[in-house]
Amino acid sequence: MVSVETAIEVKGLTKNYEEITAVNHINFEVRKGEIFGFLGPNGAGKTTTIRILTGVIKPDSGTATIMDYSILKEPLKAKQIISVVPEMANAYIDLTAWQNLMLIGELYGVSKKKRQERAHHLLKEFKLFERRNHLARGFSKGMKQKLILCMALLTEPQVLFLDEPTSGLDVESARLIRDTIRQYNEHGATIFLSTHNMEEANQLCDRIAIINYGRIAAIDSPENLRMESSSLKSVEISFNKPVPVNELSGIPKITGAKKIGDKIRLYTDEPHSVINSLTNYARSKGLTIVSLNTLAPTLEDVFIKLIKEHRGD
Amino acid sequence: MLEYQFLEQVKRAFVIAKKDLRIYYKRGPVVIFGLIMPFFLFLAFSIGRNMPIEQLFTGLLGMAIFFSSMSIGPAIVPFEARSKNLERLVSAPVAVWAILIGDVVASFLYGFSISIVSLIIGLVLGVTIANALVLCLGMILAAFCFASFGVLLSAYPPTDIPSTVMMISNLVKFPLVFISGIFIPIHGWGRIIASVSPLTYFTDLVNYCTQGNCYYSVFGDFAALIGFTLLFLVVAIKIHQKTLPERLS
Repeated sequence: MVSVETAIEVKGLTKNYEEITAVNHINFEVRKGEIFGFLGPNGAGKTTTIRILTGVIKPDSGTATIMDYSILKEPLKAKQIISVVPEMANAYIDLTAWQNLMLIGELYGVSKKKRQERAHHLLKEFKLFERRNHLARGFSKGMKQKLILCMALLTEPQVLFLDEPTSGLDVESARLIRDTIRQYNEHGATIFLSTHNMEEANQLCDRIAIINYGRIAAIDSPENLRMESSSLKSVEISFNKPVPVNELSGIPKITGAKKIGDKIRLYTDEPHSVINSLTNYARSKGLTIVSLNTLAPTLEDVFIKLIKEHRGD
Repeated sequence: MLEYQFLEQVKRAFVIAKKDLRIYYKRGPVVIFGLIMPFFLFLAFSIGRNMPIEQLFTGLLGMAIFFSSMSIGPAIVPFEARSKNLERLVSAPVAVWAILIGDVVASFLYGFSISIVSLIIGLVLGVTIANALVLCLGMILAAFCFASFGVLLSAYPPTDIPSTVMMISNLVKFPLVFISGIFIPIHGWGRIIASVSPLTYFTDLVNYCTQGNCYYSVFGDFAALIGFTLLFLVVAIKIHQKTLPERLS
């Protein structure tokens, strides 16, 4: 029996494609009402996992439960309470925006009155109402993506799966979609978000799973993931004159250094000690410090580190 | 509960059928093709032959219902796999069998409607129908049977290239027309070969309704059409369920 607080439970999920193991014995839980980020490089197994969880493909082994319904044993019940925004746009291009929404409403058994009300509201919200009687064929990528999100939200799912929902969209459309995800989550829905966009994951997600080579490399909140990677803390410094990077990388407690524009970023787990060393260095060389900042690791730094560790680099 | 779920799935199958009709069938070229293709095949068979109008009518009606019921059905699943619409359908709470039944219903409605035009042409040309009820039931069963056959033809190979399926479909369809005795009465051992084609039984029913004679009994023809329909549906659903992941990957 799944905990009442658990929206999605995955146990030992494995999927092979001929000789490639796309998903390798993964386990995780998504709590009710949280936005759960699923990050990984291309080919890591993100889309395969979403396809299994949404009942599109079957795993070779393992179980997946959504709101207590096994996606393998009770797929129709599980599918009734979820919705998907897949990676590839897939509204029917030969139907109008309105017809696409009505089709989805009918497929989920939403009453005529309710689906019309919801469609009206969503099309207005996503600024598609004026184009409701136009074929989706003539929509831009952003409009299609908004329509697909409307189609997913029309059924008021308890769990919403989004696979790269803002990929390739302009800034305004991406922001509208992110705001909608946030709002929908505030109303109690659980969100499972697969994305490449670290900033998006950082802004939206309560917890994040990082998947690589079909295995989960880490699961935690974005803040905890950053804090645990203390070796990725850094000090960014610029002087009034150019300084060779290798001179600075020799300073004690520095684990790595790289030039970023006119600044030098020095990685360390003891920023204070490094700052003292840098001021001494500047004094001894007659240099003036133009800027000096301490930086916490970004989610992207953590992601790259975990992926490298997982790969064994 | 199970009964409710079943009825709900049947309702959703009709939603799929409505979508198919709107997207694939309610198009000028598709309707024109449905009308013209059997007509020209009919001309190709009949011109230069001294055949009674009843026999020609059997051929026209048989080809109209056979070709129109199977014209688009085989292409829907591969086409939707390619356009990624199939993945959307599969992730919705609709069983695979309901999706396929929806495709069959749309093909059936199109095939049946097109064949009614051929029936009207026959009546205008002076064909008399001795038993309208038998003919009407036969047309319904045949259109459903051929529509099911169309969906079966799209089951394997699990491709997302519609032209591949259409090529295989044509490879199967034309030999079936030839062995079904549409224009040339088949005797002797040819009858054994003809019995493997569902079109044979519809042709036999039309002969009964227009010429008063049939090789099999009316009951036998109905039973064969129902049997073929069930066989095509069950096999199509089983194969599609098995091959769907490969088609979507």
